[in-house]
Amino acid sequence: MLEFKGVFLVMEKILQMKGITKRFGNITANDRIDFELNRGEIHGLLGENGAGKTTLMNILYGLYTPDEGEIYIDDARVDIRSPYDAIRLGISMVHQNFKLIQSHTVVENVALGLKGLSFFYPNRYIEKKIRAFSERYNFRIDPNTPVWQLSAGEKQRVEIIKAFCREARIFILDEPTTMLTPSETKELFRLLKLLKEEGISVILIAHKLDEVMEVCDRVTILRGGKRINTVDIDSIDKDELARMMFGQDIVLEGREEYSVSFDESVVLEVRDLTIFNDKGLPAVKEVSFDIHRGEILGIAGVSGNGQRELIEAITGLRKVVRGSIRILGEDVTNMGAKEILNKRVAHIPEERMRMGIVPSMSLEENIILRSYDKAPFSSGLLLDYSVISEYAKELISKYRISALDEKVPAGTLSGGNIQKLILARELSISPVLIIASHPTQGLDVRSTQQIHELLLRKKEEGCAILLVSEDLQELIDLSDRIAVMFNGTIRGIIDIDRANIEEIGSLMVGV
Amino acid sequence: MLKRYRNLGLSILVILLGIFAIYLVSGVRPDVMLRSIVTSAFGSIYGLSETLTKAIPLMLCGLGLSLSFRSSVWNIGAEGQLLMGAVGATWIVLYVMPNAPKLVLIPIMFLVGAICGGIWALIPAILKVKFNLNEIIVSLMLNYIAIEFVNYLVYGPWKSPYEWGFPYSTKFPTSAQLPRILDTRIHYPTLILALILAIIIYIILYKSKLGYEIRVIGDNIDAARYAGLDIHRIILLVFLLSGGLAGLAGVGEVAGIHHRLRVASGISSGYGYTAVIVAWLGCLDPLLIILVSFLFGGLLVGGDAIQVSLGLPGATINFINSLILIFVLVQGFSNARIPSIRKRKSER
Repeated sequence: MLEFKGVFLVMEKILQMKGITKRFGNITANDRIDFELNRGEIHGLLGENGAGKTTLMNILYGLYTPDEGEIYIDDARVDIRSPYDAIRLGISMVHQNFKLIQSHTVVENVALGLKGLSFFYPNRYIEKKIRAFSERYNFRIDPNTPVWQLSAGEKQRVEIIKAFCREARIFILDEPTTMLTPSETKELFRLLKLLKEEGISVILIAHKLDEVMEVCDRVTILRGGKRINTVDIDSIDKDELARMMFGQDIVLEGREEYSVSFDESVVLEVRDLTIFNDKGLPAVKEVSFDIHRGEILGIAGVSGNGQRELIEAITGLRKVVRGSIRILGEDVTNMGAKEILNKRVAHIPEERMRMGIVPSMSLEENIILRSYDKAPFSSGLLLDYSVISEYAKELISKYRISALDEKVPAGTLSGGNIQKLILARELSISPVLIIASHPTQGLDVRSTQQIHELLLRKKEEGCAILLVSEDLQELIDLSDRIAVMFNGTIRGIIDIDRANIEEIGSLMVGV
Repeated sequence: MLKRYRNLGLSILVILLGIFAIYLVSGVRPDVMLRSIVTSAFGSIYGLSETLTKAIPLMLCGLGLSLSFRSSVWNIGAEGQLLMGAVGATWIVLYVMPNAPKLVLIPIMFLVGAICGGIWALIPAILKVKFNLNEIIVSLMLNYIAIEFVNYLVYGPWKSPYEWGFPYSTKFPTSAQLPRILDTRIHYPTLILALILAIIIYIILYKSKLGYEIRVIGDNIDAARYAGLDIHRIILLVFLLSGGLAGLAGVGEVAGIHHRLRVASGISSGYGYTAVIVAWLGCLDPLLIILVSFLFGGLLVGGDAIQVSLGLPGATINFINSLILIFVLVQGFSNARIPSIRKRKSER
């Protein structure tokens, strides 16, 4: 039916959410939000962390039930109580952390939960469908590869294919580009535009203004749980969008000019480092580099090319097989995490929830995670909680961590505040070397900016900083030099004043 | 936290359901059975005193296990550690210093009992730390070794020539017998020890460096590694303390009640296993464990009583206990899984 109507229905409203309100305790995550989605449009949902984007989409996907408000699909009132209802109504969600079964193949993952397959050889039909899909949209994916062998970008395609095979009409993508390389992002956007032309509607939860400008038709801005506006992308520019997101002007430019500036004295010296991964295979091969006082060395590269192992070795969490690591001239190769910490090395870990905090323990107890056994926090066998509370309060205000008080469990904080908590803890040891791994991944623009400022201030104070990131913009904005890692080796260290994206990009993919 | 306390309420509900199931099988009316359990355990001075007597080893074992469970290492061997504590105390009394005065002998019995229990608990801990062997299986298996070791002693080398062939060790001299309250069997020195230890463990958990380390390891071992905690040292220490507390319970049983070493099943009616339930239902909270121990002491007393008064088999109370244990385990799993999903969401 719909196929015939074609162009006439381009402006047809496929989805309306009216007056959606959702409260968690005292917090109103969504406050009477109206949201409309047209058929065949890419609609950006923009806002800081905690603005209510994810809550709104979780309501649409049936993960939460709204306290107030109504949802209409094709002008019919619907009641979405579970993801099952949502899928039945043609709504599909592509999660940020892919919900795929690692040891199963692409076909098996797509087949999972799909209705109406034949009892015998159900995969055959799916495989055909996947092949047709990849031909139609011109991207390659082998249906019989186990998922664990796929890159992040490929996994995302599997999620999209899953949605497609369920004949979804509304795709929700939750920050889809966080895990992707620039070329994969480009590929994703191309695919989204093709889907759009077929009448599929896409809701894109996003942080990055550039991406929103590039791919969206309209954008809805949320702030503090309220809808601020919905605008056509053609009638607005980035500055205005940012103003609506934050309610104030923020500067979008990075550093005015990119220049290399650091002392001659070496803080971290890495020589011919070889490190094995968990499977006992070399993950880092003969890597050498120096970081100087007041230098930020960026490490670019698609994840899984040895960055994690390199950082774990430098911070004392993984054994070095060959080679040496020196900090301020002292050999620290294969020292434990605590000894390395005592050399005043701060570590901002890659997965902040998995490693950086103890979620069930209080904010103050997390603040002292790396120094609980030192004065003044402990004396003898006991901890001095009054000193700890005072100290935590001080850091909370200094680093502007928004939390009810210092006794709340750290796991209840938002991503940005958790990261600020970790930075507060790590930077307060007055480090000589900071190892920062994906410090702003998944954070909103404001938190990202605050974290960048903190790192730059530390650079000015003379810290050496090793910054691993997949966000090229971030690396370019902050680094003095960029080392590109590919397949366990460093493919070149580029001074920032001579860097260009194409060169880095091609080194990253091993050209 | 509220959710954890809810488990306590729900498990009482499970006990009631269990009793109803027994009714369906045996025909004993639930209200009769329930009244029989409650009155025998809590309805008379004698009942209360027996309940408290049985609560003492549960408290000590439960407190020890709570330390282990807090750090997410699983000591299931309290039964064996209790028995080894009893063996250690007996050894001191009968073979090392039988003539020592009471004030010297009793503290040394407790000390040696704690050391024996602690060392027995160290075996699974060392195997875990050195060879990554599963501590649940090793500590559980060591229970059976301890049981058979005690039986070997009382049937063999330690068998008393004065007990008409019963598998008993020689009776302890009065200097090695713990005082009791009036004519009850409440050996109050052990009880006081347990109450003091509950407070000490509370302080350890929430005020000390070790407790901090235990909670970090228990909640997020990756963060513990990242923070540079000496995880192996802490695991060994936790097992040592955990086994030591169970060992104290063993000393209390032989010095306070039996005044001799007997066959394993005579010394402990599964206190080490019941303590697993006690620790969990007590939300791994030292003060709550004291309370829950008392309730379970009552259940054991009531279990004995319904055997006599209602002619129900001895396994009846095991049946109810097992129901609760399964329930606790299921709850533990679901509680452990749900937050991990939430964590990932709040990351965004």
